[in-house]
Amino acid sequence: MNFTLYIWRQRNAKSKGKMVRYRATDISPDMSFLEMLDKLNADLAAAGEEPVAFDHDCREGICGTCSLVVNGVAHGPQRATTVCQLHMRHFKEGQEIWIEPFRARAFPIVRDLVVDRSAFDRITQAGGFISANTGPAPDANSLLVPKEEVSTAMSAAACIGCGACVAACPNASAMLFVAAKISHLAHLPQGQPERRRRALSMVRAMDGEGFGNCTNHEECEAVCPKEISVRFIAEMNRDYLRAALTTAEPETAS
Amino acid sequence: MKRFWEIFGTSIGCKAVMAVTGLLLFLFVIAHLLGNLLVFAGQDALNDYAAKLQGLGAGLWIARLGLLAIFVVHIYAAFRLTRINALARPEPYQKEESINVTFASRQMLASGLVVLLFVIYHLLHFTLGVIDSGAFGRLDAKGRHDVYAMVVQGFQNPFLSLTYVFAMVVLGLHLWHGAPSLFQTLGLKHPAWETCIRRTCQTVVALVVLGNCLMPLSILFLHESFTSK
Ligand code: HEM
Ligand code: FES
Repeated sequence: MNFTLYIWRQRNAKSKGKMVRYRATDISPDMSFLEMLDKLNADLAAAGEEPVAFDHDCREGICGTCSLVVNGVAHGPQRATTVCQLHMRHFKEGQEIWIEPFRARAFPIVRDLVVDRSAFDRITQAGGFISANTGPAPDANSLLVPKEEVSTAMSAAACIGCGACVAACPNASAMLFVAAKISHLAHLPQGQPERRRRALSMVRAMDGEGFGNCTNHEECEAVCPKEISVRFIAEMNRDYLRAALTTAEPETAS
Repeated sequence: MKRFWEIFGTSIGCKAVMAVTGLLLFLFVIAHLLGNLLVFAGQDALNDYAAKLQGLGAGLWIARLGLLAIFVVHIYAAFRLTRINALARPEPYQKEESINVTFASRQMLASGLVVLLFVIYHLLHFTLGVIDSGAFGRLDAKGRHDVYAMVVQGFQNPFLSLTYVFAMVVLGLHLWHGAPSLFQTLGLKHPAWETCIRRTCQTVVALVVLGNCLMPLSILFLHESFTSK
């Protein structure tokens, strides 16, 4: 297959970028989207041109490193699929394909299609954990968790932190990511002791990174490769408001 | 109060303030419509209702100031959040495709601003009598402020009537997204109730728009049936 590509090229965080037109030739329909870019890069290198920088790691849809906006949609046209798991057979022969980085002030561009998503790490560090003292492992089944709660926690825990929610949100809001991290622990007994503090600290960290605010467009849910539901945003709002209104030391600002 | 300002300064807190003030405004809009539908019950009923509201004296002023405060806070929060959202994506996409975004959800600030302009216009019209002043300030046979005659005369003017209809459709657009959205914002949502909340909200919004448009339109087209004594 052959494609006409328009790819965002930008030397570094400071320079101005622009869309550049390329031809991708001899692409197998069974190639993944990233393999198609590998092929393009090999051709560019052979021609003495600078290859296109893009992020990837596992290439099996579990690490959350790949991060492309394809034809205006984060992770491309296939629902519930990371762009590394997207195959070229989903495109039409000769089609124009626009490839851009995830765009948000909180995700500065490093080069071409690579963005810095360490803002997510800082939010997680602010509260996306439980504090457990080391010691002997507790007896099996000493802590009972209803199946429904486990499933809900698991569907939030499925978040791979790729940032597609931010990329797709018209307001570049990170609320789906933060909500998934908060709800994942809020549905488990181990998450209870720090539940209020977690909601307060993670929301504060999120605000500090310069993300926008959710206006309930629900665009994030549509592009999330793990189909995380916006129900978790409602849960985060509830957890946060309860904590902010009733905790003795709210620590909402500092 | 310190706690309130702290919460207001955060993303979720500011959104919650937006949702609570939006809910209060929505409830006001419903109550305002129910009162005004008395225009269909005739001159006596509407003027009596208006006289009772006027008779509240200080209470009326407390309600008015409260409503004004809610409105101002809602608008302030709207601008604050919209500004933060605009700053959050300085470089736009060259090609952007949306999946779930609706016209209503994208136009919240614009529809809100139309509503704001309309509210000013509406107050100048029926509360202050600046627009259409000929119909303002008359008394009925029982010596009450003749609201009925003022409304019936006002809405016979096609420009005035259609302005109201337009504004009500825009308000409906604002609430079409805003009403279900406020439940999500306040965390009063669960997958089991999601569809029910959305449908109920949007039905109420549709009825509010219908009721509000019915008054100017029926007076415009059927004014013979609206007789005053
Ligand atoms: C009668 C008048 C009004 C009513 C009943 C109303 C109602 C609402 C409701 C229920 C919401 C949803 C809140 C949420 O998503 O949680 C909302 C949001 C919003 N309103 Fe209003 N509103 C009114 C006037 C205005 C005005 C005058 C403006 C603008 C200057 C405005 C701007 C906005 C904006 C930008 C949002 C979106 C906020 C967001 O989604 O985060 N509204 N409104
Ligand atoms: S590269 Fe790991 S999820 Fe795509």
